[in-house]
Amino acid sequence: MTMPLLSLDNVSKRFVKPLDITERLLAKLGANLKDEVIHAVDHVSFDVNEKEVVGLVGESGCGKSTLGRVIAGIHKQSTGSVSYKGENVDKMTARQKHEVNLAIQMIFQDPFASLNPRKKVREIIGEAPLVHGLVSKNRLDYYVDELLERVGLDSSYKHRYPHQFSGGQRQRIGIARALAVQPDFLVCDESVAALDVSIQAQILNLFIDLKDELGLTYLFISHDLGVVEHLSDRVAIMYLGRIVEMASTEAIFEKPNHPYTKALLAEVPRLENRHKDFVGIKGEIPSPINPPSGCHFHPRCLHAKPECSQVEPKLKTITKDWLSACHLNDGVIDD
Amino acid sequence: MINQTILEVNNLKTHFFTKQGVVKAVDGVSFSVDRGKVMGLVGESGSGKSITGFSIIGLIDPPGKIVDGEILLNGKSITNLPEEQMKQYRGRKVAMIFQDPMMTLNPVLRIDTQMIEALTTHEKVNRETALNRCRQALVNVGISSPDERLKAYPHQFSGGMRQRVAIATALLNDPDLIIADEPTTALDVTIQGQILYEVQKLCKKSGMALVWITHDLTVIAGLADTISVMYAGRIVEQGKLDQVLDTPVHPYTKGLISSVPGHNKRGGRLDQIPGMAPSLLNLPDSCAFRPRCPRVTDKCLKAPGETTVETARKIRCFNPIMGDAQ
Repeated sequence: MTMPLLSLDNVSKRFVKPLDITERLLAKLGANLKDEVIHAVDHVSFDVNEKEVVGLVGESGCGKSTLGRVIAGIHKQSTGSVSYKGENVDKMTARQKHEVNLAIQMIFQDPFASLNPRKKVREIIGEAPLVHGLVSKNRLDYYVDELLERVGLDSSYKHRYPHQFSGGQRQRIGIARALAVQPDFLVCDESVAALDVSIQAQILNLFIDLKDELGLTYLFISHDLGVVEHLSDRVAIMYLGRIVEMASTEAIFEKPNHPYTKALLAEVPRLENRHKDFVGIKGEIPSPINPPSGCHFHPRCLHAKPECSQVEPKLKTITKDWLSACHLNDGVIDD
Repeated sequence: MINQTILEVNNLKTHFFTKQGVVKAVDGVSFSVDRGKVMGLVGESGSGKSITGFSIIGLIDPPGKIVDGEILLNGKSITNLPEEQMKQYRGRKVAMIFQDPMMTLNPVLRIDTQMIEALTTHEKVNRETALNRCRQALVNVGISSPDERLKAYPHQFSGGMRQRVAIATALLNDPDLIIADEPTTALDVTIQGQILYEVQKLCKKSGMALVWITHDLTVIAGLADTISVMYAGRIVEQGKLDQVLDTPVHPYTKGLISSVPGHNKRGGRLDQIPGMAPSLLNLPDSCAFRPRCPRVTDKCLKAPGETTVETARKIRCFNPIMGDAQ
């Protein structure tokens, strides 16, 4: 079996808001006050194989961006481990870690906030490869030209500032910046969400071309199921910090297993669904500070059983390469 | 019952007179919406779709001005009415829902204060009746425990809830027409589904007309009866929903439809439209889509006029995709 490029083993990320001084004082005096803990990512495990596109889908506040940031090394996970090419990133030497940090790059949602407005495009793209010694100073101009052309921009643009570009062009600059350090793995966090439809199609095509030309692997984080369905080989559905279902794109979109996935897919507006009668899944995503007990989805689930509010369903294999975390599968499949 | 036209817009032109030149944000837009029907107004950023909405409700501020055309509500012109008269229409006969509900809601006032104000501005009712109607309006948009919610401030609501409150407020005076400007764009899919469900139900029940402004063709596909596609200040194609989505005639409409990702073309390249939307400042006299169009010819150096191609279907194009192999 080939080794996965990236694997997550029981990764959790908690954000803790400690008590302030008065609250600490009150707690000492016996008030029932505790640190506020947000379980942004809750025991997530999955692998991403080389040259694969994995889509990570969920509603706002489900922890998908936090997970992306943990993978990209921006946040450190609270527990669990991240392995790159089979090696635990935390146990690597400083030099190895450095290489992994370059190999995994992130592309952000907002092309307006993610580029330094005071720097010219040449510096934005050229700074990192220069610092990391990937290119010499006298070859830098040539290197930046090449990158700009690769992402479909004119090389004369390198002397401009970010404000002189449209949203789609800025997103291309953000992609060129990520590519400048020759990564293997791109984490795209809602990278096309802020763009117009026709521009979105252009950027999606660019991602597809880059994948074919450079053999890149993607984790594509999005709330837009249409985009994820188009691009991904496999899809993971996230709800309140946990992965509730993961399978190949065809499998998930054709016969989703988890009630949340089903509900989510039913809501996806599609060009083919005309004059639809909208139904609407009930309720809203609960706060991750105080998530519901048992299965996080049970207050909104149409099929909730008594045990759903008590026991957390495990993410289990239901058929080959298909994972789902739902008590409705209990008994149907033996594990 | 015959179809009753609620809104009719004829050759509307809204221009902005800026220091850099005249921005023709809306340049000759005509359409109509019948009672109980939903019209989808689709376009990308900067196509003038929001300005069309603002023009109808009379919210164009200098340097902008409606320079030509007329807007008829129930057959009566409401174009360029003096502010005092417009106030009697705005919020009562015509209401607007914005993308960001915080544009509608005042953050320092409780929901009940705001909703009652919207009601008493147009009608003499006592507080008790007003409260009852607000309560009912909130229930209508799917908010449970309305009494509790009425006493809350906007920041205590989630995005989806705020949008519901904004919609409930717009519906308070039982308007004939609602203009919704990207009201679900900022919301999650499941919340969007809930809002669309409520809006659809209300339209059918009360018979109000709805203009749904969005860049998202897929939402329109599920909701609208008719569709108008806007590009650079003009409607380039309009007609019945199925007609336009199944057999787009204008190259821009076709390009837009092909750009939508989904399962039909999984993994493959999308048919993208090259280039980007033009600036509306000092637009050339040629067809605005000319630089991006795959069917461009010499004729396109002039701006195409509006032509009717089938029943209730109009386009602006010299080289429409008609019958020939595509």
